[in-house]
This record gives sequence, C-alpha cells and structure tokens, in this order.
Amino acid sequence: MTATAQKPKAAANGTASRTTRLLADPRLPVLVTAALFLAMYGGGLSRYTNYGFGEPQVFLNLFIDNGYLLVAAIGATFVILSGGIDLSVGSVIGFTTMFTAWLVERQGLPLVLVVPIALGVGAFGGFLMGYVIHNFEIQPFIVTLAGLFLFRGLCLVISKESISVSDPSVDTLAQTRVPLGLGELSIGALVALAVLAVAYYVLHHTRFGRRVYAIGGNEQSALLMGLPMGGTKIAVYTVSGFCSALAGLLFMLYIQSGDPLHAVGMELDAIAAVVIGGTLLTGGSGYVVGTLFGVLVLGLIKSLITFEGTLSSWWTKIATGVLLCAFILIQRTMTGRKKT
Amino acid sequence: MTTTSRLRALTRHHLFWPVAVLIGLLLVNVPFTPDFFSVKMTDGHLYGSLVSIVLFGSPLILVAVGMTLVIATGGIDLSVGAVVAITGALTCSYISDQADQSALSAVFLAMGIGLVAAVVCGLWNGFLVARMGIQPIIATLIIMVAGRGVAQLITDGQIITINSEPYKLIGGGYWLTLPFSIFVVAVVVAATMLLTRRTALGLLVESVGGNAEASRLVGIRSARIKIMVYVFCALCAGIAGLMISSNTSAADGNNAGLWIELDAILAVVIGGTALTGGRFSIGGTVLGALVIQTLTTTIYTIGVPTQTNLVFKAAVVIAVCLLQSPKFREKVFGRKTRRKVTVPAQPVAPVEPAPKTEVSR
Repeated sequence: MTATAQKPKAAANGTASRTTRLLADPRLPVLVTAALFLAMYGGGLSRYTNYGFGEPQVFLNLFIDNGYLLVAAIGATFVILSGGIDLSVGSVIGFTTMFTAWLVERQGLPLVLVVPIALGVGAFGGFLMGYVIHNFEIQPFIVTLAGLFLFRGLCLVISKESISVSDPSVDTLAQTRVPLGLGELSIGALVALAVLAVAYYVLHHTRFGRRVYAIGGNEQSALLMGLPMGGTKIAVYTVSGFCSALAGLLFMLYIQSGDPLHAVGMELDAIAAVVIGGTLLTGGSGYVVGTLFGVLVLGLIKSLITFEGTLSSWWTKIATGVLLCAFILIQRTMTGRKKT
Repeated sequence: MTTTSRLRALTRHHLFWPVAVLIGLLLVNVPFTPDFFSVKMTDGHLYGSLVSIVLFGSPLILVAVGMTLVIATGGIDLSVGAVVAITGALTCSYISDQADQSALSAVFLAMGIGLVAAVVCGLWNGFLVARMGIQPIIATLIIMVAGRGVAQLITDGQIITINSEPYKLIGGGYWLTLPFSIFVVAVVVAATMLLTRRTALGLLVESVGGNAEASRLVGIRSARIKIMVYVFCALCAGIAGLMISSNTSAADGNNAGLWIELDAILAVVIGGTALTGGRFSIGGTVLGALVIQTLTTTIYTIGVPTQTNLVFKAAVVIAVCLLQSPKFREKVFGRKTRRKVTVPAQPVAPVEPAPKTEVSR
C-alpha cells in the first residue's frame, strides 16, 4: 500500500529538491546496503589484516557459507515483492534436508532421483499455499504459518533423530571446489549464483516479473489492468517453495545431515536479508541484487564475529535485529510518513 | 419450535464452537484414560489431568490474552516469545546473583526488573507501529530476532538455574490446593475482561482495529491505544516468562517461549477473533488456548507419537482458517446455511469455531 505513495511522489518531484528526489529513488536502499557492506568489509580489512581477512577466499567463503540463505532469500524476495510473506521457508528447508537424507540413506535412492523429488515436493507445498491464499482469500501470514507447522511436523514424522548423510555422491558433490582465479567456490555457491542470475532475469526481463511488481505495487490496479492475479500469486509462492527446497538441498550439501532442528527460524534470516537488501515489505519495490547484498551483509556479520573471536554467537542475532530496524526506518522515511 | 430456536441461538453464540471443540477433545481422552476427569487430593494439592491442562496452559493463556487485544487493533505481535525469554533471563540472572535466593525482597525486585524490561519491549513495538507507522509484523519482527540474542546475552549463553522457593511459587507452586499460576491467570483475565467490557476501553480498541484513521478523526487517540495494547501484550508475555522460568527454575535464552507467539495467534484465531481486527473475544481466546493445550495433552494420552503434534496443529490451523474464509464456505457449502458446516468427526474436525466468525465480520 505504502509503495503506491512512492510513484506519485516521484512524479511530482520535478520541482522538488534533489534530496527528495534522491530519497524517493527506489535504488537508494540497495546502494545504502552495498555501501554498508563495503564499509563493513573495509573495517574488517583494517582490523583483521594480520589474520588473513584480506584473502580473496574469505570473500568467496561468504558465498560458500551462505549460498543456501541466498537461495531462500531470493524465494522470499519474490513473495515480498508481490506484497505477501512466506513464513514456511525455514521449515521447508529443514524438511528438505530431512527428506533427502532419509531418501538417500534409508531408502537408498540415487541422488539424481532424490533431487527432483525434493524440489517437486517443495514447489508443490508452495503451490498449495499459494492456491489457498489466492482462492480462499486467507492472509498469507496465517497460511504460511500453517505451512511452517506442517513441514516441521512432517520433518519430525520422518525421524526424530538427525540422519547423517555419508552417501559417496553427496560427499563428492559437497567436497568439490571449483577454482576461480583468486580462490574457489563450492557447488552450492555456484548454484546459488545461478539462481540469482535466473531470478534477476525473471524479475526484470519477463512478463511474470512485471506482474509480480504490479501486484505488489497495487493489487487493485493490477486486477483492473487485467493482469492474471491468481496465476501470478500462486506462481510466486510456488517459486518460494521451490527456492526453499533448493536451499534445503544446498543446506544438506553444506552440513551433510538431515535434522529436525535444521534451519529453525531461517525464514526470519531470509526476510531480514530481503529487508536489509532494500525491498519494501509492502511490496512492489526492490531488487533481487539488493537481496544478494542483504545476504552478504548478514554473512559478513557472522564472519566478522568469528574473526573477532571474543564475541559470542548471539551477537549475530542482535546485530541482525539492529540492522533490520535501521533499514525499516530508512524505508519508512523513503516512502513518507503515511498513516497506516 | 422453541427448542429449535433456542438450539439455534445456542449454536450461534460466539463461544459455542470453541466450547464444543474443547468438550469434544476432553471426551476423546476418556476411552484412553478412564479417570481423565477425576481430580485427586494429594498432600493438600489437587492433582489430575484437568488441573495440569490449566497449569501447563497458563503461560499460553496469558500470552494469548495480550495477543487478542493487539490483534483486535488490527496488529500482530511476533515478539512475545522473545519477551518471554528476556523476562525469564533477567529475573533469573538477578536472583542467581543474590546471596539469599529465597529473600522475598530480592525476588520481588527481580520480577519487577523482568517486567519492566517486558514493558520496554512493548513500548518499543508500540512506538514503531503507532508513531512510525511500520507494519506490525515487521515492527515486532525486530525484537523477535534481536530479543533472543539479548536473552542469550543476559544469560551468557548458559541455562541459569536458580533455587528460590518464593519464585518457584508463581509457576510451579500451589496455593489453596490449586496451582498458583491458575490464580495469576484468573486475575489477569478477569482484569482484562473488566477493563475492556465494563469500560469503554474495549470499544475504543475495537474501533481502532476497525478503522484507525476514522477513529482518530472522531477523537480517539488511536496511536495511544495501539501503544497501550502492545505494552499490555508485552506485559502479559513478561508474566508468562516469569511463570515458565519459575516452573523450570531455570532461564533458557534459546528455548524459553519458543513458538509461543504462533500458538498464541492460533489460540486467538480459534477463539473467534478475526485477524483483520475490529472484534475480539477474551473468553474465546482463553478457550482457544485451552483447546491447544488439551490437544497437546490428548496427543500424549492417546499415544499418538508426539512428533505428529505439529502436523496436527497445522491441520487445525488450516481447518480453522478455511472455515473462517467466507470464500471457502461459499465455494464448498454453496448457499447452504452455516449450520450445515459439520465436518466428519476427526481429531481435527471439531475445530470449527469458525462459523461464528461472521459475527465478527
């Protein structure tokens, strides 16, 4: 809703000062996030140079350690751009790790078969949620909350204990490192980057992408324009489900086990990454590149805390919360102080 | 004639379905544990399944009551779980620092500190929602994320255990043969009902939820009302946090109150408060919370593996939401009256408190 305030504002800005125009620029938050990332990276460089922070591999490790989060956050970007929200991300990831671990280890299915099954289940879950949200006009929040319970529950139904994966094909996939000029990337990181590229193309260069923005901007107008609302909405949740399942697979590769407690609360990390990346939570404005920076910033917080050594892991949560708060306030000033 | 009309009036009462579901769930237990309803007197304390349902359900009831008011203003508070953790952590860490952990003054002071922290969280949420105009889901997400970190910071990542008799009373003690927490819940619920239904406060809350802008224009300070409900919700969560940490005599920054926000929202929805705001029912919420706790207990007693608990809950959420959706009812039940909405009896089926929601629509 608030995003609608932004367009007329930008249009009426011919005479307004440059600062207002700058504030209304939808690219601003992405730039702020990118600048923040660079500043944090620079800070890390100056502080921990002696500990090898300057190695290019440290930067590439951000992708290796956060590839799954990037994929999940990209899925969440689609949903949030369309004005919805998906709380089931973490559960779907947890479920996928468990499901694949179970299929590979306990049922002895080859990985080639398991991957499409897992992706299909995730996408189907997303489709169901989208279907319910669109056709029965129930708030996305509540429907995906049910999805959260359902997938976490299914995960526990499969097994209460964690299943570690020792399948040789999974092992080799997880261990493979693809050398790049300055360092190396894991398969998971490469997949995540590929997903990013596809998402970028879909969001900015296809009709479907335009529709996602249009629906997020103003559902009513999109409907009046004759856009296929239902199809788009359901597709958005399907994409999110698919991305979550893919993120689950990457997470399984990264951690090589299935556990009912994997990725608890990761939907919050994903949403936080999207928000920090400058996507308006009300929908209709934002960039998938911003999400990349959001994930990188979150990842950098983690590695800075590791490098610092004396800080405990919970500082990650606090720092994430503070950043989240700051970016929400930035969004607020951008879209103007409209009463909700 | 009169009996049918009376029956119809009964089924239309907004608390009919929650009560029916609760009774149905309680009856399900009888074949499995024949003495389910018996309440025994041991050592001057009352014991029994019913007592323990209320005892274990009391933190949830408290949180859900606070959540009801927030939802009635059209908001939502995701931070209650984190507030539960923060309050428990602060209180326990203060008590554990004392030389005499059973000193009454120290315990009261510790509880005061914990509750003040909860109120501060509530003020912050209210400020973001009412003054800054940020969507409630997002505004409260901040504390939900950061709050657990803060709680772990307070407890230093450890589980702080304490040994304090007076503090044990709130969550695990007995008074007048009943668990003390039941009294706390009763007082809070009664006070909330009095304040909202015997004064204009409830009306104001509902009008803000119905249309915040319109109510501001008629002269209701809607921002102030909103801040108030978030503070109240956080306070309830704080008391629940005291109970949870007192029951286990320990503060766990990571796991205390985990998922309680989701259970609380579910309780509110089962109780017939629509998520769109504008109407609320405290009684319904209390019943909703009891339904959830009974569901959990039932799953234990009838021997269903506990891990299916979440799947059941998911089914309940979906069923409740679908039945609340006017579109779904229209599609599935056509133009029939809502009284035909009787879904075959299943563990999940009884949860159709929904039909009464058109009252609140």
